[in-house]
Amino acid sequence: MIQIFFQFDFLRYSLYTGMLIGLLAPLLGVFLVVRRLALISDALSHITLSGIAFSLLLGRHYSYFAGLNPMYMGMAFSVGGAIFIERLRNVYRYYKELAIPIILSAGIGIGVVFISLANGFNNDLFHYLFGSVAAIRQSDFHMIVSITLFVLVMMLLFYKEWFFLSFDEDQAVISGIPKKTLHFLFIIMVALVISASMRIVGILLVSSLMTLPVASAMRWAKSFKQTFLYAILFSEISVIVGLFSAFHLDIAPGGTIVMLNVIILLISLLLKRKGI
Amino acid sequence: MTKASRSMAIEVEGLSFTYGQRNVLEDIHLHIPEGSFLGLMGPNGSGKSTLIKCILGLLSPTTGTIKLFGKPIQRFNDWSQVGFVSQKANSFNSGFPATVFEVVSMGLYGKVGLLRFLTKKHKQKVLESIQQVGMQDYVHQNIGELSGGQQQRVFIARALVSEPKLLILDEPTVGVDAKSVQNFYTMLQRLNVERGMTLILVTHDIGAMTEYITDVACLNKCLHFHGNKLEFESQHDSMMTSLYGHDVRVITHNHDHHDHDHDHDHDGSGH
Ligand SMILES: Nc1ncnc2c1ncn2[C@@H]1O[C@H](COP(=O)(O)OP(=O)(O)OP(=O)(O)O)[C@@H](O)[C@H]1O
Ligand SMILES: [Mg+2]
Repeated sequence: MIQIFFQFDFLRYSLYTGMLIGLLAPLLGVFLVVRRLALISDALSHITLSGIAFSLLLGRHYSYFAGLNPMYMGMAFSVGGAIFIERLRNVYRYYKELAIPIILSAGIGIGVVFISLANGFNNDLFHYLFGSVAAIRQSDFHMIVSITLFVLVMMLLFYKEWFFLSFDEDQAVISGIPKKTLHFLFIIMVALVISASMRIVGILLVSSLMTLPVASAMRWAKSFKQTFLYAILFSEISVIVGLFSAFHLDIAPGGTIVMLNVIILLISLLLKRKGI
Repeated sequence: MTKASRSMAIEVEGLSFTYGQRNVLEDIHLHIPEGSFLGLMGPNGSGKSTLIKCILGLLSPTTGTIKLFGKPIQRFNDWSQVGFVSQKANSFNSGFPATVFEVVSMGLYGKVGLLRFLTKKHKQKVLESIQQVGMQDYVHQNIGELSGGQQQRVFIARALVSEPKLLILDEPTVGVDAKSVQNFYTMLQRLNVERGMTLILVTHDIGAMTEYITDVACLNKCLHFHGNKLEFESQHDSMMTSLYGHDVRVITHNHDHHDHDHDHDHDGSGH
């Protein structure tokens, strides 16, 4: 049952890609959650959708774009959205969360326009919305490997700065930490990870992989470091089990992965009664 | 002026600050010599926290200049020499999953620098600092699970851990019980006397502080008084009325605080 994933290349790529995403999403998610920015991942995934829709639309009219992986356009939109969010957060200094609904609705709005122009849904789009076990190509896999390396190196280098900034921004700034640069770098990483994850979990569910494992982990963890360990553990369990069951039951993996995360969260809530 | 020969930790010249249209600070001149322990007082909304945020570089003054250890603040980069405990220490996200140890470690991040990690020696420092504020039984406790006073002590430990030359505390003892406050003041005095650390402490209760501090500054939009505590005590009563008692806007002021005299205060408080 499990061996089948190693018999077919495309399944093997899905599994590896899923495992890398299962590592990256909660890694960034922990910082987003403690900074109360969990919804940023939603905003960015929706702006990614408009990028994908744009790419599919162009593909209908220009043969060059038909051959291009729509993920690249999604990524470009997502990074653009991330830059815009950081700008908005500086403009509305006392209403920083306002940037999120602005980008989120803009993303859907633009996406819907492009989808309509391209004459509605097709199968491809369904895969982007809810994920697919079979959609991973080798180029997707290589892309996610590069993103993983990039994020891991950045985390290693700037972990303590992001930790300090998340906990107490003023103090971090006083101690000389370059706030703007690091926030900027961070949100770019989030944008990259989100657009890379959507092949597996789908645009509509990608943010859940950044937040649900973290929500569960916070019930168990006694320290900031432990929060990462638990979050990554839960997320990997949900991705691996979710992919296998999605394949065998022929369901979109986004659904099974999120369901598993919800189950883990419910168990955590039941077993660990601490108020957060 | 005997102080002229001492090197200055902070030199504020002609500083004004406005929030939108509102003048919050007006033409502040304040020189704080290294090794002094200054009690900064003034009523609510008098601009104490704002002045401190300017000194820490969190806010840029509308006019005026600030020097830290002789360097203009724009070029000052040795921020690990400056410790700060903010008034709103409890405004952090109290569900934040970090331990006391992790929070105090943050105090060393600026000193350790980018792209470097904490060593064993640093970790030892963190533990010493936690011990210093009497929180050694809570090292691995979650910060959100501590009482407000205990949290405040942890933030004090974080400010002390990098052994700054200048430590600024904005009402640090709010929520700390009376006995701990005494211990805390004693500890500050030791840092001041033994290590020569320059301290600025914002407080409303200057009375409880007088045996520890060396200097007093009174702020209410303008700087009403700055001098050593003996000078302050000799004009305590008139200072208090001028600060808290009357319409403060009519106070005219020459900004040479060393020449403060009674006439002047009567000018100020007589309405
Ligand atoms: N973010 C802000 N935006 C606009 N006005 C502000 C802001 N922060 C403070 N002020 C105003 O600036 C003035 C000085 O505030 P500040 O916080 O410096 O006072 P304070 O002396 O520290 O008072 P307290 O004793 O209550 O701590 C107040 O009148 C306040 O209303
Ligand atoms: Mg204040």
